[in-house]
Amino acid sequence: MTCTEFIALLDDLIDDSVTETMRADLQAHLKGCEHCEVTLNTTRKTIEIYRSHEIYDLPTDLRERLHAAIMARCKRGC
Amino acid sequence: MSTIQSIAGENEQHPDVALVERVRAGDVSAYDTLVRKYERQVFRIAQHITQNREDAEDVVQDAFLKAYEKLDQFQGNSKFYTWLVRIAVNESLMRLRKRRTGRMVSIDEDVETEEGSVPRDLADWAPDPEQNYTQSELAEILRKTIQGLPQGFRVVFALRDVEGLSTEETAETLGLSVPAVKSRLLRARLQLRERLSRYFKRKTAPAGNGPAIAPQTGS
Repeated sequence: MTCTEFIALLDDLIDDSVTETMRADLQAHLKGCEHCEVTLNTTRKTIEIYRSHEIYDLPTDLRERLHAAIMARCKRGC
Repeated sequence: MSTIQSIAGENEQHPDVALVERVRAGDVSAYDTLVRKYERQVFRIAQHITQNREDAEDVVQDAFLKAYEKLDQFQGNSKFYTWLVRIAVNESLMRLRKRRTGRMVSIDEDVETEEGSVPRDLADWAPDPEQNYTQSELAEILRKTIQGLPQGFRVVFALRDVEGLSTEETAETLGLSVPAVKSRLLRARLQLRERLSRYFKRKTAPAGNGPAIAPQTGS
């Protein structure tokens, strides 16, 4: 397996949607390729960081204001 | 394992369905519950697309009002959340069009079609690299980095990886094919990874005597 072939299947590996045979091929490539190992680990970390950090926080006061405005208009029948 | 979960899931009614039925029967308080449940997510998605706080605030209001008005059109065969997200994406794109008058704005904008390539930057990251930054510094880095992605990649990454929609739901929400979502997701993940490497890569100790002149930063 080449690095390009590995990268093409990177998402499937990360999202755990590969067959057992495919997983074995990917693992075999990883054993001998530091480049792809780093790519896999840091891509996983990228997703984890974006999942676990709120970058567009909705402050409570704004949230309450928006919520009240929406519900007031819904109760009036929009 | 995922198969067992999905089979069990098919037999259970999603709690949102009962809430939607109550709203349809005239119980506005049930809609209050739905708005509370999803207003943060809708705000985040709107921010990802419009990249403008005022627009995002407007989108939150418009999307929930439109969903309320159109609730009769909601088919129980899709999740209320993905149906709502589709409305929010459309409202966000409309806002962008208003700002950029005369320019077409779509999910296809600025998207290259070539497949993901092998990343250039080989540098490994420090263990727990985010701990080298304060929460606000980190949030700024993450915002700046994702804002630099082409819109078509950014939206796919936001829906699929940040908001947790499935590939199929993301495709349905954006009106894209499943292969198109997969291709964009791979490129989005790789581009974000490469851009974050600037901040997160392991600092290497200078070998030997080290450079006589300190390397310029920001090159």
